[in-house]
Amino acid sequence: MDISAILISMKTATLSILITFFLGILAAKLVITIKREGIKSILDGLLTMPLVLPPTVAGFFLLYLFGVKRPIGQFFVDFFSIKIAFSWGATVLAAVVISFPLMYRSARAAFEQVDENILAAARTLGISEWNIFWKIQLPNALPGVVSGGILAFSRGLGEFGATAMIAGNMAGKTRTLPLAVYSAVASGDMETAYTYVWIIVGISFTVVVLMNYFGAKERKKR
Amino acid sequence: MGLTVDIKKQIKDFNLDVFFDAPIGCTGILGASGCGKSMTLKAIAGIITPDSGRILHNEAVLFDHTKKIIQKPQNRKVGFLFQNYALFPNMTVEDNIYSGLLKKTPEHTKQVKDAIERFHLQGLEKRYPKMLSGGQQQRVALARILVCNPQILLLDEPFSALDAYLKEELQLELRELLKGFKGSAILVTHDRDEAYKLCDNLMIMEHGTVIAQGNTKEMFAFPTNYQTARLTGCKNISKAVKLGEHRVKATDWDMELTISMSVPDDIQYVGIRAHNFNPVFGKLEELPNVFEIVHPETVYGPFEENLIFDARSGAHIWWKIGRDQKGIQSDLPKYLSVDPKNIMILN
Repeated sequence: MDISAILISMKTATLSILITFFLGILAAKLVITIKREGIKSILDGLLTMPLVLPPTVAGFFLLYLFGVKRPIGQFFVDFFSIKIAFSWGATVLAAVVISFPLMYRSARAAFEQVDENILAAARTLGISEWNIFWKIQLPNALPGVVSGGILAFSRGLGEFGATAMIAGNMAGKTRTLPLAVYSAVASGDMETAYTYVWIIVGISFTVVVLMNYFGAKERKKR
Repeated sequence: MGLTVDIKKQIKDFNLDVFFDAPIGCTGILGASGCGKSMTLKAIAGIITPDSGRILHNEAVLFDHTKKIIQKPQNRKVGFLFQNYALFPNMTVEDNIYSGLLKKTPEHTKQVKDAIERFHLQGLEKRYPKMLSGGQQQRVALARILVCNPQILLLDEPFSALDAYLKEELQLELRELLKGFKGSAILVTHDRDEAYKLCDNLMIMEHGTVIAQGNTKEMFAFPTNYQTARLTGCKNISKAVKLGEHRVKATDWDMELTISMSVPDDIQYVGIRAHNFNPVFGKLEELPNVFEIVHPETVYGPFEENLIFDARSGAHIWWKIGRDQKGIQSDLPKYLSVDPKNIMILN
């Protein structure tokens, strides 16, 4: 068994959830602030696309944008000398893009569920919009936001299709656990596949149970 | 001086179009649910923006459509007591009261401490709103509002979520608070007792407009139109046609009535309050406005009794039996009469 797949997966999932968590919250905040219904639903559609597209198609678009000879990929190579496609960074990119809609949608639903009167009361008390968001709206939406984070983390950990497209399947470099399972099965090494599968199940289950535990503790307080 | 509101707003089929002055003191808005009373408060606070018009407070312009002035709710110096109190669930009682004061300076700490004492919240400082009773929640909400020193106080059905017994106690507390308040307060309610107890002036709203306004006591004593009479608790109202200078026909009851006031040509309704009937045991002659009691049905309340009987036309008429008219309970009168000065002319 190659332990590198576990390390790569953990690194990828951790970094990508950090990025997704904040991007998702910001996007949700942005969308609920928009007043024009038309623009709102178009933006919502765009932000949700990676969830409804087959991951290989999302990966195809990523390759189209971030490939070395492609506009964004070229830009990164020219100005930062960074090659994104088929590097470890590409596994993070794929995980972020695919898990983002889950985070964004959960956060948005959680924000919209916060009682309008509470926000209006905060405004009449003279509290600034910035403080209302960070001290009132976000804390009161936290259970929903956190469960969105769990979903996004699990989805990022399990990401396969888009990762294969943009990052490839290079052992020790871009081979995450799901890709390692695939490779093991493809080469008939069921023993290794079992090990990887149990590791993934173990990590995912632990994360969900831990989050539920802390969520329940938080709810009891109020 | 005070608050001047002149605004229009359309939401789907509903048209809000109100114009009124709220002087220093407490002004009540009485109306059925969905008449636009809460919306009016929200417009004053800046939570919703009217389509046109203006809102002035003393010298300050809070909203002026033509001058394109829309003050943020943060700058309007308004204290808004919501129906559900809108406490921040993630903050303790203490932090809720602090929330409107921006920094925790020693002076603010003292203000919060004073407010906690004034509203009898000692010992509850570290609790979360969910752990408080309805009455305590209302006190926290009031404390939170008053430490910010508002110049306008907007109260949106403050007692509708409370038990009857708590309600009366908190009404007393609010009355004290309003007496000491130096600005304009507006209390929205659908409860006439509440309006009568707490408000110096009263407005009646229906379908998004103010249909009557004036001194509260006068509005209850002499309602001028149908809706005001209904909302101030008049149980018996009939369509009416003028017959003579002091004579009308109450068509819903199929009765001719004598009225002390001179009857206008365009009279539309007459009203008789349920407590204004007098039992007749002796002779009927010479008595004005005699109703025969047909199919009587007594409704017992905890401290009062109502007798509902049929008018000649079959319509129900309510008589609230007063304590001093007791003794008749075992022996119901056959007839009731109404003093001509107790018949109200309504439009």
